[in-house]
Amino acid sequence: MCHVCGCDSHDTHEHVHADGTRHRHAHAGEHVHLEARILAKNDGLAARNRAWLGERKVVALNLMGAPGCGKTSLLERSIRDLRGSAPVLVLEGDQATANDAERVRAAGAAVVQINTGTGCHLDASMVAKGLVELDPPAGALVVIENVGNLVCPALFDLGETRRVVVLSVTEGDDKPLKYPHMFRAADLVILSKTDLLPHVEFDPQRAARHARELNPAVEVIELSARSGAGLPAWYAWLQKDSLTAVSGPSSVQSTPAGSKLSLA
Amino acid sequence: MHELGISRNIVAIVGEAAAGRRVRRVTLEIGKLSGVMPDALAFSFDLVAQGTPLEGAALEIRQIEGRARCAACGAEFAAPSFLTPCACGSRRLAHLAGEELNIKSMELED
Repeated sequence: MCHVCGCDSHDTHEHVHADGTRHRHAHAGEHVHLEARILAKNDGLAARNRAWLGERKVVALNLMGAPGCGKTSLLERSIRDLRGSAPVLVLEGDQATANDAERVRAAGAAVVQINTGTGCHLDASMVAKGLVELDPPAGALVVIENVGNLVCPALFDLGETRRVVVLSVTEGDDKPLKYPHMFRAADLVILSKTDLLPHVEFDPQRAARHARELNPAVEVIELSARSGAGLPAWYAWLQKDSLTAVSGPSSVQSTPAGSKLSLA
Repeated sequence: MHELGISRNIVAIVGEAAAGRRVRRVTLEIGKLSGVMPDALAFSFDLVAQGTPLEGAALEIRQIEGRARCAACGAEFAAPSFLTPCACGSRRLAHLAGEELNIKSMELED
């Protein structure tokens, strides 16, 4: 079909319009409507991951933040502090090396390293493979540590239960405004390295206010994995009914059935 | 540079729909609040399309303006950024448009 006029001609052709004007145009090729969502494949795989986690009664967090914001340090400390309660397993995303996986393993967690090569973010298909390899037991907490990057990971649903963004006090307190997609998609913002606050010009209240300007419902926790300040609030968040109960909705997509996480 | 991953998805979806025929043009709908830059997308599309039925295809990007509805007063308004508040001062908004990442259509050679 000619997409210029909608007729069935396949060659240069002439038309007479209702008002008597004539014009000729070349056949312009077959025009096909697709109306497809570009990320449909990723989102479909993410939905499968979410269902898979729900069936297993596993809670998964997508842990994001800039390189060096303290994601791995928080993870190491949390694994040590939570030992003996719910099993914590880790999917570790980095462009290269297994350094973070080794740190997390040394802290006592089962871990699968995903190297993205030139990729700047994890996607749902990488996470699907990683989850099968990790094989988390029922009631486990899986932390998916995304590639350090405040831009690209925001667009890719992994099938996680909740999204957590770490912002360290050595960064600017205006970062939520500079990277709106990331902070808009977050369920929880962690302001990390608060032991360094006396040495830097970072106003935690301003950072929290900026995050809420984008995302009024977002929760904010200040902590230091080094000193331990604020960690009880983080562990309490992990045990919240809304996270661990049957139907807690994520800001990204609804969450399927999952059992309570027992972080006694 | 998530535009590279976005381009791979476009080439895969259109290539499958074209079923072996050459593609002359692809039309996209990209929201201005989607986080995808049209220039970076066009650049990476040309790279990813090489050696596929989409090689050399024109990429037409229609940009969609951001629009939001205020949860407090119900007003609908243009929202060029996620930080645009409603005129009533509220920031509790539902974003209605501007986050699109869609493939509208393709044009095939005969």
